[in-house]
Order: sequence, then C-alpha cells, then structure tokens
Amino acid sequence: MTAKLILSMDGVVIKEYPLTKERTTIGRKPHNDIAIDNLAVSSEHAAVITILNDSFFEDLGSTNGSVVNGAPTQKHFLQNSDVIEIGKYKLKYLNDQPTQTSSADFEKTMVLRAPVKQAKPEDGFNQTQGGVGVAAKHESTTQFNTTAPKVDVAPTPVAVPAGQTPVAIIQILNGPNLGRELELSKNLTTLGKPGVQVAVLARRPHGYFITHVEGASFPLVNGASVGEQPHQLKDHDIIELAGVKMEFYLKT
Amino acid sequence: MNVNEALEIVSQTNPGMVRSHNEDSVTFDAAYGLVVLADGMGGYNAGEVASGIAVSVLASEVRHRLEEIGPEQKDAESGDDVGVAVLRDNVKKANLSIFNAAQSQPQYAGMGTTIVTGLFYDDRIAVAHVGDSRMYRLRGEVFETITRDHSLLQEQIDSGIISKELAKLSKNKNLVTRAVGIEADVLPEVHLYDVEVGDIYLFCSDGLNDMVEDEDIGATLQMLQGNLSLAATQLIEQANDNGGRDNVSVILVKVKGSYATPSGWWAKLKSWFKN
Repeated sequence: MTAKLILSMDGVVIKEYPLTKERTTIGRKPHNDIAIDNLAVSSEHAAVITILNDSFFEDLGSTNGSVVNGAPTQKHFLQNSDVIEIGKYKLKYLNDQPTQTSSADFEKTMVLRAPVKQAKPEDGFNQTQGGVGVAAKHESTTQFNTTAPKVDVAPTPVAVPAGQTPVAIIQILNGPNLGRELELSKNLTTLGKPGVQVAVLARRPHGYFITHVEGASFPLVNGASVGEQPHQLKDHDIIELAGVKMEFYLKT
Repeated sequence: MNVNEALEIVSQTNPGMVRSHNEDSVTFDAAYGLVVLADGMGGYNAGEVASGIAVSVLASEVRHRLEEIGPEQKDAESGDDVGVAVLRDNVKKANLSIFNAAQSQPQYAGMGTTIVTGLFYDDRIAVAHVGDSRMYRLRGEVFETITRDHSLLQEQIDSGIISKELAKLSKNKNLVTRAVGIEADVLPEVHLYDVEVGDIYLFCSDGLNDMVEDEDIGATLQMLQGNLSLAATQLIEQANDNGGRDNVSVILVKVKGSYATPSGWWAKLKSWFKN
C-alpha cells in the first residue's frame, strides 16, 4: 500500500497525493507535485523523499518554515499520521503499513536487486550533497553520501509492549538478607551464588518460570525439586536455593 | 588444548510462532571449530532447500579442505590464511550450487539464503557473512554486533540518513542487499578476529534480533553463561514470547581455553604424538 499525503485547510480535505515518486515536491509554483497557491508558501517550499516504505520530509529553506506535529522542523522521518503544517495548510501523512506487520508475507526477508531505482544526484534527500539511493546489489550499490546530515528529530521512544504479566516480588525469608525484597522488573533475573547454585526467573506473557542454571543441586519449590525443566511459579510459592529461602508473590 | 576441547558449542532452531515451516539451517563441527547458520528465502520450500545446500556445502567442503591443510597455513592462491580462504571459497561454492539449482528447477527459481559462518583456529575466529544473519560477541561486560548486515537499513544507518534509534521505526526491514544463490557470483565479507578465553559468540538469524532488543540478548547471555543450552532456549523463548514472527536460530560458542596452534618443532612433535 502506498503512503499518501492528505492536503487540507480548516479541516476541509482538498486533495490526496499518493507518494509514488521518490521525490515529491511541495511549493507555490505550479511545477510542484503538490502545488499550493498561497503567498505564505515558498515557491519551492519542501520535499518528501520516499525510499520504498519510508518517507522523509525536508524543508527546502522556505521563508516561513514548516511545522511537523506542532514543532518547527527542517527534516523529519515521517511516521503514520504525522501532520505537516505549511502556512494555514495541513498535510497529513498516512502509511498504515505496520512496522512489524502481522502479515507474514511482508516480513519475509527479500533481496533488493538491481535495477531498483538509482537516485540521480539531484534527486537526493540532501540537495547539495549527492543522493540517497536505494541500494541495489553488491558493488553497484549507490554510494550513500557519508556526510549527509542526520535527520535531526528527537527519536520517538519505541513503545515497550506493556507487560500483561503482573510485577512479582521475591522476598528473602532467612539468613543475613532476611526481609529483603527484589522486584522482578526484567525479563530475566538470576538468583543464587555463581559457581554454587544459580537459577533464573523468567517473566513470560503467561507467567513466571524458574529454571536451574548451574550447580550440583536443583532449586526447591515448596520443598520439591524442580529438576532441569522450567517450573511455573504460583503466588506465594516458597523457593529454596543455596540455603536461602524466599517467597514469590505477585504485586497487587 | 585443541579446538574441540577449547570450545563449547550449542545450537537451536525453532520455526517461531507464525511460520509453518523452518527455512533456517544450522550446523556445527566441534572437531574443526566450524559453525554455519543460514536463513533461506523463496517460495514453498525453496528457502529450506537454499539454506540446506549452503550449510551442507560449507560443512563438508571446509572439513574436506582442513583434512589436507591447517587453517593457520597460508593459502597459495590468495595469500590469506587457509581458514579465511576456505570460508570465502566455499560460500562462493554454495552460491553457485544454489544458483544452478534455482536455474534448472523452476520451483526453486529465485531462492537464496543469508549465511554467517565462523571458523575458530589458532586463538582466532574467521567469520564470513552474506546478508543479515549476524554474529555477536560477549566479552566481559561488552556485548556487541561484530558482523554488519548487508541490508538497506544498515546502509542507511552507515550513511547517516537515519539514526540507529529511528531505524527501529523503519518500514524497510528485511531487505537484504546481498544474498547467497541469487546471482552467479557473490562477495562474502570475511574478517579475522582475535579470541579471548571467556568470550561467548552468538550466531543468529534475524528472527532473533528483530524480535529481541540487543540489550536483552546481551543480558541473557551475561546471566546464563554458566549454562549455554539454557541461554539458547531462553533466547528463542524471548523471540517467541515477543511474537515469534520469523524462524529463529541461534548457535552459541563459549571459549573455555586457549587453542593456539602449537609452534616450534617440539610442540609440533608433541601434538603429532598426541594424535
């Protein structure tokens, strides 16, 4: 599915522009792909560079500048439903191709082969310094300009999938660390003494599992050895490891 | 110590949660310190065929060559170590086998595979790769990617078009710029690194590093280095818990001791008697 820009003003949609070209220009002059006849718009205001499924916005040194998602922007790696504002006009970027799609086909590794479009130098993302090409095959790859400036936008934090698994706590029940609590905040937490006896607690979507890592004896859960296989923990299970007793419980 | 005693090697492969079949192929040969991992692509079962050919060509041909000459010797043709030349030559050989099979059998048209292969010899490792299958190294606290993907995204990162952080948002994943078997010739990237006792090497298909953050992979290895097969299981489990959208394969190699090739006549004689 092709990404597109939707031009609107005051909430009224004017036109849709599919991003089929490697370089889509935006400006006041009629030769632009997206021509906006308004004095607040520079004659060559901005461009959107599309490399396969990714698009990059670049202001071309316009008089009044461009705003992306509310912030003045020179260059920006466009993400689905970003809004570019130029004067009173809004351009909404739509690309509903999921980053990690559920469609197995898309995720299959594919080989990028010649003759994939080779960027002409003047078609580059960075106008003055050569091209952004789609790399084709080995040695004939388009040389990327190593000095091309970075797209300087603050990286959007990658959403960490909210753990459906509730947070669990390990509380020590004996010995010098009596009463100490350990929150299982990571996917994996190791317990025990290296070289003597170590077990790992794994947080998984369907619960917590304890597995023997090293040592001559296996950890005990409620007095019974767990053996070599992972053992699912229940709320208030008692774990014994290298002489230390601890209670596993879910934080409420 | 010979390489067989110096290394502990485990491998695991899993189809993941979405794919019906496994197009990855893995193998290792502890006696020669060789590991091979390939991630095939192509319709129907062509991906499995391509990765299968790559792995079997590498395993049999490398062994065959090393029966005749030590990997630390110089290769007459290229001037490189035999250990380096043997990987490069046989990745090319695998390439030709896959390419020819794809040309002659219509159901295999367009098949190909990525590959990462390592040969441990003389306290070093030669590693050759094509595509986006990777080798990582854990040395002490430092966990890093050693190979550099032959992918569109990596080229964009290298050229500064896109930062590593933003690359995670890219929709141009899974586009490799080199693969084995797609064309009549291929250029494998081969490097030689010194190995230290205690190092752990991870070879994996993109089914692992696309699903699990490098930081989590490193932490898992760090925590579970005492039990390599459990570490492999946990890595695959994490990939599958995060969605498991692709086949996932891992080979872990732990360096337990030095395996320098004996030099000097006495050492050579001693090792000759040992055999």
